[in-house]
Amino acid sequence: MLNSSFDAVVPLLCVILSALAVMAAEAFRSPGEDMPLGGLGLVGLAGAGVSAVALWGRNTASFGVIVADNFSLFVTMVLGIVAILTIMFSPPVVARDGLPKGEYYTLILFSIAGMIMMSMANDLLVVFIALEILSLAVYVLTGIRRDDARATEAAFKYFLLGAFSSAFFLYGIAFTFGLAGSTRLDRVGAFLAAQSMSDNPLILVASGLLLVGFSFKVSAVPFHMWTPDVYEGAPAVVTGFMSTGVKAAAFAAFTRVFLAAFEPFSADWAPMVWALAVATMIVGTVVGVAQSNLKRMLAYSSIAHGGYLLVGLVSANDVGKAAILFYLLAYAVTNVAAFGVIALLGTREHANDELRDFAGLWHTRPALAGLMTVCLLSLGGLPPTAGFIGKWYVFSAAVGAGYYGLAVIGVLTSVVSVFFYLRVVVMMYMVDRDAALASPARIGGLGMAALVASIAAIVYLGILPSRVLTFATESISTIFI
Amino acid sequence: MMPVLSLSWLVPLVGALWLVFIGNADGRRDHLIRKVALGVSLVTFVVTMVIWAAFDGATADFQFVERYAWIPAFGIDYLVGVDGISLLLVVLTGFLTPIALLSSWGSVTRKVKEFSIFILVLEAAMIGVFISLDLFLFYVFWDAMLIPMYFLIGIWGYDQRVYAAIKFMLYTMAGSVLMLVAILGLAYLHNLATGAYSFDLQKLSTLEIGPQAQMWFFLAFTLAFAIKVPLFPFHTWLPDAHVQAPTAGSVILAGVLLKMGTYGLLRFSFPLFPLAAAYFAPALAVLAVIGIVYGALVAMVQPDMKKLVAYSSVSHLGFVVLGICAMNAQGVQGAVYQMLAHGVSTGGLFLMVGMLSDRRHTRLISAFGGLKAPMPRLTAAFFLITLASIGLPGLNGFVGEFLIMVGAFRWNPAFVAVAGLGVILSAVYMLWMFQRVFFGPVVHEENATLDDLRPREWAAVLPLLAMSLVMGIFPTLFLKPMEASVDRLVQRVQATQTLQATNR
Repeated sequence: MLNSSFDAVVPLLCVILSALAVMAAEAFRSPGEDMPLGGLGLVGLAGAGVSAVALWGRNTASFGVIVADNFSLFVTMVLGIVAILTIMFSPPVVARDGLPKGEYYTLILFSIAGMIMMSMANDLLVVFIALEILSLAVYVLTGIRRDDARATEAAFKYFLLGAFSSAFFLYGIAFTFGLAGSTRLDRVGAFLAAQSMSDNPLILVASGLLLVGFSFKVSAVPFHMWTPDVYEGAPAVVTGFMSTGVKAAAFAAFTRVFLAAFEPFSADWAPMVWALAVATMIVGTVVGVAQSNLKRMLAYSSIAHGGYLLVGLVSANDVGKAAILFYLLAYAVTNVAAFGVIALLGTREHANDELRDFAGLWHTRPALAGLMTVCLLSLGGLPPTAGFIGKWYVFSAAVGAGYYGLAVIGVLTSVVSVFFYLRVVVMMYMVDRDAALASPARIGGLGMAALVASIAAIVYLGILPSRVLTFATESISTIFI
Repeated sequence: MMPVLSLSWLVPLVGALWLVFIGNADGRRDHLIRKVALGVSLVTFVVTMVIWAAFDGATADFQFVERYAWIPAFGIDYLVGVDGISLLLVVLTGFLTPIALLSSWGSVTRKVKEFSIFILVLEAAMIGVFISLDLFLFYVFWDAMLIPMYFLIGIWGYDQRVYAAIKFMLYTMAGSVLMLVAILGLAYLHNLATGAYSFDLQKLSTLEIGPQAQMWFFLAFTLAFAIKVPLFPFHTWLPDAHVQAPTAGSVILAGVLLKMGTYGLLRFSFPLFPLAAAYFAPALAVLAVIGIVYGALVAMVQPDMKKLVAYSSVSHLGFVVLGICAMNAQGVQGAVYQMLAHGVSTGGLFLMVGMLSDRRHTRLISAFGGLKAPMPRLTAAFFLITLASIGLPGLNGFVGEFLIMVGAFRWNPAFVAVAGLGVILSAVYMLWMFQRVFFGPVVHEENATLDDLRPREWAAVLPLLAMSLVMGIFPTLFLKPMEASVDRLVQRVQATQTLQATNR
């Protein structure tokens, strides 16, 4: 049973307090004064990380609706890593694009707070509130370059479609409440378990509506239409942040709602998720092949990765649940780093996010090209990288659950995806460019450190995954009773 | 005891890491880097020779076994070991890599450091493939090997290099990912049967797998290997990759990489799924025989020497698959022997074609002619390797082909009748090429003044020539260590086949 105490919200509070501190500091900042606002955020995130470690294995809950079990703590740590890397990549971008510094860091921190809350939520309404907290912040971050038409369009599109999907989600909550008389996940779960023989169509309606809401947030096909535009329009560092953070948070809640509360009716929703997974993997990779903009390509790649995560979800066995967690970590580290490279390469005038901008990068910036290559190999799922172990884990869950077809589709689409990751490698190594790339004279040490750390993590997870796999396995044992 | 097997792949890997830290921005230290790389590969060769020297040919068991838990939750171990089948392939890898590095001494002048790093990483991965006894570990090496090869073809290859590199990578991956699913399926079946996951080859080979599952798994594994071999009709990546790769890449591709496919058939497909193997063996043999004849016919009409040698590989590897399909002592011994022999002779052919192409920047047969006058030494060396490739008795190619024919004849004479055609055709296309390139008058002015073999080139060619002779004259030296392992393999496969067939 969960112990009720105040402890469970500590990681969340750390992040929120640091967000407030950044906001206050910004208010007292005289124009032109340089304040280490990002550093303030890092302090809060470090606090969240430390408290998450301290809470590990204690399985606490606050107010009955926020639970700090190992599952949410694992996701919290993934989110913390995402946020720390993002903040490390940010300073040159903020300075270069003239982004409002205080607002930028505040929004990053608030959206991380929303994400952490979402992973900890044990109540559908709290999930919804968390979803809105993170979404609002991310909408604004998408359009934070106000003078950029594409960014504004992306933000607006994201906002409209996001609001639309929130309505679906809320509607699903209403149906669930109508059925179970509660929005608490444990009570919903208990109610549904008692009804497991029932063929009440409302259960199907409720789970279907919730599914649509989640599918939008994890950009599963056919609810992915916003993704490429938004990912292309947002600054690269923000794209890296939301493509990993939002996905991790949404998948945490998705997993908790469907594999804990709605688990008794998995026979009903599993075929739907199966179809979503197949469509997501295929569309994500096949359309990705046709992209010439790197951010768009990575957007489709992130759609496809959502498909692989859905494979873990539909497998619904212990391996699958742990696989989702491991995959989220592997994908987060890799994708943030990949977008970090793009962010570090851009200049005020040139975003340098077209595929052809990477031509001959190896000759001018061998280190950056090498680091990018590791990211791409990991995204493509080649050993010895984190991405390979993640894919292997997900597909072994599918095979274990008897979904051979899903596993075969998964591995074949991952071969297709390797094709477009390799196009970048071809550009960097095998194509010579005529004019020099207009890239920054030197890459900041902080950004480089973040990159090197991510690459080290990718290789570590690829070669010695055992420890983290054990953590992931421990994480799922506590929650899904 | 020394962990020699781990050393055999860690030495090149550590060597590659060492090279990473040698600063060489302006190419000033190219020479040093070449020497270091060659030194590392020679040390690796010594390690593989030590393995051979310490190998006990009397037993069929895996030797020098090392086992460490790697991912215990899934029963994945770092588990390596060699038996008579893999031993000589490891040695072959150790033998060919220094030669490949020597061959690039003059021809690779751009980004020497990165080139050397990729070759050494490739060597580590190839050795890893041959020594892995854990299927997960095997798969990791199998896939990891693609990365350096991809870069070698794509960066240092000829005009169509990018296309060839991507095609190579995607083709091979497409086959191998299905094998991954089958590997997972096997581990899952092991979990069902015993309550624990395992990727240990020896444990998995004792597993009772239903006939239906055997068929699917066999097909998934065999597709991966058939693409690698390459078996007709999965061979289309090979001419591209071989022709576009730099000489060192071609030598390693033909010499070692292709053998990973046939090795996989022997090590995994047949022993793990004996029922399915018996069922599909005739079909595989038909493809192999088609490959033998088709490869030879296509080789005959190639205007490009490198392409000719590439297609000849399709033909030669067809023999290997035929021998494996026969699944009797002669057939399998012949197959393993032919793998080694092909590695030596085709490696040599690519090496010397590369030397000609370095001098003339073309590989078209029509651009040469009458080379025996300006370069008598190269002509002699080329002739010897040509004869070896044809399978002249007394040279390395003969023994393997002969044993395969004997084995296949005991199994099904019809295949031998057609495959024999391939032997004749190989003489036709090889000798015809040799004649057009080296005999006759010098038609092209620039050929009259070509340099003969330089000392460094001698150093690369001589070991291959010597090995051809040794393998042709003292075949027992190589057949002895593999005998026990081959016998055990054949007995096992046949025994399970009869046992499972009667059970049904």
